[in-house]
Amino acid sequence: MIIKNKAIVEDDWTVLRLNEQESAGNVVVAAGKMIVPLKVWLAQRDALQQRTEIGVWLASDERPEDLQGDIHKFSVIAVDFPKFSDGRGYSIAYNLRARLGYTGELRAIGDVLRDQLFYMQRVGFDAFAPRPDRKIGDALKALTDFSEVYQASFDQKLPLFRRAPRKGNSTAGRINE
Amino acid sequence: MYRYDEYDQQIVDERVKQYRDQVRRRLSGELTEEEFLPLRLQNGLYMQIHGYMLRIAVPYGLISSRQMRMFAHIARKYDRGYGHFTTRQNIQFNWLKLEETPDILADLASVEMHAIQTSGNCVRNITSDEFAGVAWDEVVDPRPYAEILRQWSTFHPEFAYLPRKFKIAISGGKEDRAAISAHDIGLSVTKNAQGKTGFRVLVGGGLGRTPIIGSEICEFLPWQHVLTYVESILRVYNQYGRRDNKYKARIKILVKALGIDEFRRQVEADWADLKDGPGTLTVEEVNRVASFFTDPAYEILADHDSQLNAFQADSRSFSNWMSRNVKPHRVPGYAIVVLSLKKPGNAPGDATAEQMEVVADLADRYSLGELRVTHKQNLVLADVRQKDLIRLWQEATAHELTAPNIGLLTDMISCPGAEFCTLANARSIPLAISIAKRFEDLDFQHDIGEIDINISGCVNACGQHHIGNIGITGVEKKDHDEWYQVSLGGAEGNHSAIGKIIGPSFTFNQVPEVINRLLQVYLRERIEAESFIDTVRRMGHTPFKEHVYATDFDGEEEESVDKHAVIPAQYSVPYYSPRF
Repeated sequence: MIIKNKAIVEDDWTVLRLNEQESAGNVVVAAGKMIVPLKVWLAQRDALQQRTEIGVWLASDERPEDLQGDIHKFSVIAVDFPKFSDGRGYSIAYNLRARLGYTGELRAIGDVLRDQLFYMQRVGFDAFAPRPDRKIGDALKALTDFSEVYQASFDQKLPLFRRAPRKGNSTAGRINE
Repeated sequence: MYRYDEYDQQIVDERVKQYRDQVRRRLSGELTEEEFLPLRLQNGLYMQIHGYMLRIAVPYGLISSRQMRMFAHIARKYDRGYGHFTTRQNIQFNWLKLEETPDILADLASVEMHAIQTSGNCVRNITSDEFAGVAWDEVVDPRPYAEILRQWSTFHPEFAYLPRKFKIAISGGKEDRAAISAHDIGLSVTKNAQGKTGFRVLVGGGLGRTPIIGSEICEFLPWQHVLTYVESILRVYNQYGRRDNKYKARIKILVKALGIDEFRRQVEADWADLKDGPGTLTVEEVNRVASFFTDPAYEILADHDSQLNAFQADSRSFSNWMSRNVKPHRVPGYAIVVLSLKKPGNAPGDATAEQMEVVADLADRYSLGELRVTHKQNLVLADVRQKDLIRLWQEATAHELTAPNIGLLTDMISCPGAEFCTLANARSIPLAISIAKRFEDLDFQHDIGEIDINISGCVNACGQHHIGNIGITGVEKKDHDEWYQVSLGGAEGNHSAIGKIIGPSFTFNQVPEVINRLLQVYLRERIEAESFIDTVRRMGHTPFKEHVYATDFDGEEEESVDKHAVIPAQYSVPYYSPRF
């Protein structure tokens, strides 16, 4: 089960993670809906792009620009959070959406916890695979923790000061309130 | 000062609700301590020696009397009757219970305050010039930009899990009073030759283990672009700052590694995409926020009240206070008053609940209901009529708030040290007290004149020892022994410099004598009105070092048999050190 577009849905994708013996060039990518590491995609690009549905995932130290030109080939792009405190994935997501123009499913995988989901959805994630030891229903609640935000990001293109009629100080210049 | 509108209030209220639920989940065991840690840290809650410490944001140091009274209330209701003002213009309470912290945040929200991002690896409270808006040398009032940056950085989704903490300071005077070159980003708001407003942008300054003065990344950035430019700096840092070693994770290490030119190139490449986009500031927004910082209706008053002169001639204490604690205001007939939280014998920066209420009352009666917290851990009344100075001094004196020592030897900066902090090796506050006692004599202090003595309990440098003219750092040697390194030549302001360690470290009891010897060299060598730091710069460090190490420190060691003990002072709380 994952959270997608603010609902809990079944998930039929499999995330491929290489073990120590496997290398990007020789690992056998099983049939079916697979989300492969960026390295595997780059090594086996010719074969993998023949598939009707393929996904790719980026580690937090990998560059989204490596997918430039291929962006439209993926049904899903995932970004891995090795630890929830590793915030590189937020900038990767922002760059995928805002700079590379990716419009498909963008999924957070790895150490994905409830208290980070609000921020994740703001930078462009629309799918979340919360850590399996946690209640997914609880995680869903976090998406609505705040009803207003100050700054622009991917979800909200305009900062609050360009969207809302905010009031200045009507008592300006007076000595006490 | 800035007042919340419904958007600000809603965001803070929703934060209280979110945090209350996080605490509930922690108390029920649903969240492990490891998972709760970054959540509570983003809310300024540390686990310290005596329990939980909460750091509350005082945005750019500006606070109303009503908010100050709320601090007094929190000190009484949830703490032990006092709080500690910090070098980043915030306040800390040291003795809290986790289960009560959501109520504290709700109390704070009721007076438009919060503890958002006062710790954690995110953008921290923006600090600024404590004399902003009233300073005699102000070019542009930095407060509207500080508030705009506060809002922009609050819950910024992309920059909540940076490699390390991130501190921004902004100043707008000719003289820098916000130590901008010691910050991750330092902004100096100014006007160019054409009279346009913009920012000189510094990046990669910082203290800590690797003290570095910030480098100029942009000489003049037109004001419209400040948010997008800062965003690009943070994005480059978020992606490329080191995450493998927390001691090398600050932006200064990245800037050093890349070099400022390559770092600038990367920032500008990212920024090319944002420049003139929707994040660009508008005239309307700057005017809206600036409307909260317009001048009050100042009275037309004569400068230099004659009564003042007469009273100064009568009262030596008042005269001392006038010369040290009262600063020129840009409006005739007004003055800026610094209330000292450095009375020798007291912990630097500490204020009791009673003192907080007194300063709130003083602010209401004499300074338009507002106060500022300074990065030197004092309080400021920024708009006092000169004709009120005598009464104000008399009332504040009754509450130990008029030590006439601003800028002098006993106006030391000190971190909380080993009695409170799990990181510190050394007892900063008792050391500050012991130094203050040794040099309590006011004539001596006035003779020495301006000098910054900064004390940090460990290399993390919360007491900013690197930029003290004399800096003192607690260092740990074998056997958890407590030793103190002394550095010389540091400075803040327009001529910022990092001090250099003078030689082998000292015991607790030797430090006051070390300072005495440094001062003796100054007294011997100074030329006319030269300040301590100017003499150090002219002479170099050698004569100072030589004199300090020339003779033994006798009779000191007998007293220091207890030097191993981290004395939990007057408090009877079981000691535990969870290290965060």
